[in-house]
Amino acid sequence: MSKTEINQENTISNENRSSSSSSFLKLIIALIKNKWALVSVFWLFFIILVAIFATEITPLDPNKNHIMERVSPPLTLDKNGNMKYIIGSDALGRDCLSRLIYGAQVSLMVGFAAVFLGGLIGTLLGIFAGYYGRLIDDIIMRLADIQLAFPFILLAILFLVVLGEGLINLILVLGVGQWVTYARIARAQTISQKEKEYVEAAKALGVSNFNIMFGSILPNIVAPLIIIASFNVASVILAEAALSFLGLGVPPQIPTWGAMLAESRDHIFAKRWWLPFFPGMAILITVLAFNIVGDWLRDYLDPRLKEVE
Amino acid sequence: MFVYILRRLPQTILVIFGVTLVTFIALQIGGDPTYLFISDRASPEEIEATRIKLGFDKPLYVQYFNYLIKLIQLDFGNSLYFGQSAMSIILETLPATIELTIFAMLIAIFGSIPFGIFAAVYRGTWIDGTLMAIAMLGQSVPSFWLGIMCILYISLNVGWLPISGHVPFLMPLIQGEFVKAFKNLPITFTYLILPGFAVAFYSVSRNARLIRSSMLEVLSQDYVRTAKSKGLTNYVVIMRHAMRNAWLPVVTIIGLEFGFMISGVVVVEVIFAWPGLGRTVFDAIANRDIPLVQAAVVVISVFVIIINLITDLVYAKLDPRIKL
Repeated sequence: MSKTEINQENTISNENRSSSSSSFLKLIIALIKNKWALVSVFWLFFIILVAIFATEITPLDPNKNHIMERVSPPLTLDKNGNMKYIIGSDALGRDCLSRLIYGAQVSLMVGFAAVFLGGLIGTLLGIFAGYYGRLIDDIIMRLADIQLAFPFILLAILFLVVLGEGLINLILVLGVGQWVTYARIARAQTISQKEKEYVEAAKALGVSNFNIMFGSILPNIVAPLIIIASFNVASVILAEAALSFLGLGVPPQIPTWGAMLAESRDHIFAKRWWLPFFPGMAILITVLAFNIVGDWLRDYLDPRLKEVE
Repeated sequence: MFVYILRRLPQTILVIFGVTLVTFIALQIGGDPTYLFISDRASPEEIEATRIKLGFDKPLYVQYFNYLIKLIQLDFGNSLYFGQSAMSIILETLPATIELTIFAMLIAIFGSIPFGIFAAVYRGTWIDGTLMAIAMLGQSVPSFWLGIMCILYISLNVGWLPISGHVPFLMPLIQGEFVKAFKNLPITFTYLILPGFAVAFYSVSRNARLIRSSMLEVLSQDYVRTAKSKGLTNYVVIMRHAMRNAWLPVVTIIGLEFGFMISGVVVVEVIFAWPGLGRTVFDAIANRDIPLVQAAVVVISVFVIIINLITDLVYAKLDPRIKL
């Protein structure tokens, strides 16, 4: 590595340390310049707020049946001429909008929790593998190979059939399913960081291995992991929807987007288009937003990663 | 080539071994697996009898050993719901799934190539922008929802294509009824289009982005400039010179893609009433038919692993820089 490069790196890390507020400002400015990323971030904030305040904003109880008003099309009014079912009601006369709003809770919670879990396990194992190398590296990476060889949904199906449905099981299975990506990236990054002077200096000073790994190396490899996490939330939400669709998600009384789609299957032939249309759009837009934000973060934080994906 | 296969084979065997271990552990993870094979109303004596019959009373390593022996004989036990051997059900439904997967695979490969090349050649123009926006959408849309929407708008509203169902092609072919198979082929095709598209759209989008970026990289290289300055037409430069190298990253992910595609197929089959493995798994989930689910997972996984091995070999063959 040439001297200028080292100098550059030093100045970058110094900047990061001395003025995190100005780098945050830079991030915001970059965000405003990219209109699609900005729209996506707004949508994600919106949908997160909707999920948090679901109980306050839902117009009707999502589980209350109105048997007389089954499968009302969108824009159905009540007797007084007020809007009752803005996006229609389902086969049991439950309000689709209210169910859609509650569905955001499950999708987002599963998405964030599973990615957090998978990211945590993967990063830990990846750093261990990269730092210690040899046998530990071999074992961890062979495990990763085995898991990658599995079509993930099938593995999730097998475990969920045995464990039974439930939010925690869903998060566990989806989370454990994600660790490989993080482990591979954390490992590769750790290997390249391990050779740098600051690690050597820390070793010479007698800093413990644990502190070097998580105090010195981790902060330097966190950027690519965040980028991957953003894409990952998108794919976890898709996987959750697929599992809910197969009847392996959360218990049936909790509304989810995937389960709403599953229920809509019986109504395709009757052309009740609003039943599948709105939950599908909710999934599509939310996943799209995570993907766009991921793309933008990648370009902003680490353009070199474009090749990896 | 032979040496490369020899080097690659132990790895594949290790992974298949891992698959057996994981599917074995999956059953143990919820506690005593006997309860998975028996109804809730079973008496303690019945439970005990089943436990002994299925061998769950033995130590774990003996159970695993027996499981392996049975796997080698392709014996997954009987389906709890149908009463016949789980493997025979899998074998009956596998051809339909293979048809759909291969068809989707073809769409994914041959759809994404022009898609990616166009975007790369017209880089920065509105064509590139539109194509990449479509690719972004394609990576965000749930395949089963796409399937539902296709049925709603293409089959039901316009009536261009059949709504759902399946006309077999592979099954008669395997049974030796060639005339019937090829007579079926055109109809098979019309039934394949919508589910194939629903499964493949994600992969088309993903591959298109990949081809675009690898094409851009190749187009900036010296040998392409040389070819252009020799006066070759754009078409020849792109198809003959650039494409040969732009292909390579795509071939590697096709192997991985296959596993992903199978997952899509499982869900999409349910929507299109496709009588394949996916529907079988779906029904088995609803019936809590553990042996059938287990059999399906093992069979598909081993299938995917073998496909991965094959793509690795093809890759090695395509790229002479990899020493065989």
